[in-house]
Amino acid sequence: MVRAFSLGVMLFGVWLLLSGHYTPLLLGFGVGSSILVVLIAMRMDVVDHEGVPLYLGPRVLAYIPWLLLEILRANIIVARIILHPALPISPIMVHFQASQKTDLGRAIYANSITLTPGTITTGVEGSELEIHALTWADVDGREEDEMDRRVTRLEQGI
Amino acid sequence: MELVLDILSWAAIVGGLFFMVVGAVGVLRMPDVYTRLHAAGMTDTMGAGLILIGLTLQAGPTLVAVRLMLVWAFLLFTNPISTHALARAALSGGVRPFRVDMKGEQP
Repeated sequence: MVRAFSLGVMLFGVWLLLSGHYTPLLLGFGVGSSILVVLIAMRMDVVDHEGVPLYLGPRVLAYIPWLLLEILRANIIVARIILHPALPISPIMVHFQASQKTDLGRAIYANSITLTPGTITTGVEGSELEIHALTWADVDGREEDEMDRRVTRLEQGI
Repeated sequence: MELVLDILSWAAIVGGLFFMVVGAVGVLRMPDVYTRLHAAGMTDTMGAGLILIGLTLQAGPTLVAVRLMLVWAFLLFTNPISTHALARAALSGGVRPFRVDMKGEQP
């Protein structure tokens, strides 16, 4: 119930930000459509710990800036490779063991890897991730380990 | 103040354009579908991101700024999924990665 309610509040918040019209009639439509979407979501049975991951809480706000910095760093590295006259790439596929316990945690980790240019998650089986990387240096361990630890911490709420 | 904001936003927009162009060059230079995905990833993370940041700075503290940041948020959520789907489709379609030994890992 808490999840359904907070989902409704979040939907209505997004509606307020996107609409910009604050007359009683339109606000009523906004409330109505938020409630309708929550009801449909409940019928679809997606209002659970994965659909509305409230337990991640404010820790997400700490993770996102770090991820954006990682993305910036990786972008600069890939831009260098592309602009290098010799195109010094050595593509490679590696398998990683992800330390997350939940599917949501693994999805966050896999998507974070794909978001940083130079590495793409091409497959997930259980807790094993298959990753295609542009160069060996992209997966030499340190960076991905750091990301792995951060996502696990995010997931466990420590 | 206005001047500082203008300089910052133009720096962000020009930076975004730079990453867009480099991403496009990368798509042309890279040898196969997987390596091209790496280059394409640059255009919609940093390229679009920096341009949207620049536009947000131009918009000032308005609802438009919030919407622009939401656009970026949705891009960041959806981009890895489409990239993953493309790579996975190519793999199961039997496209072999360029110069990669499928069985194992390079040292």
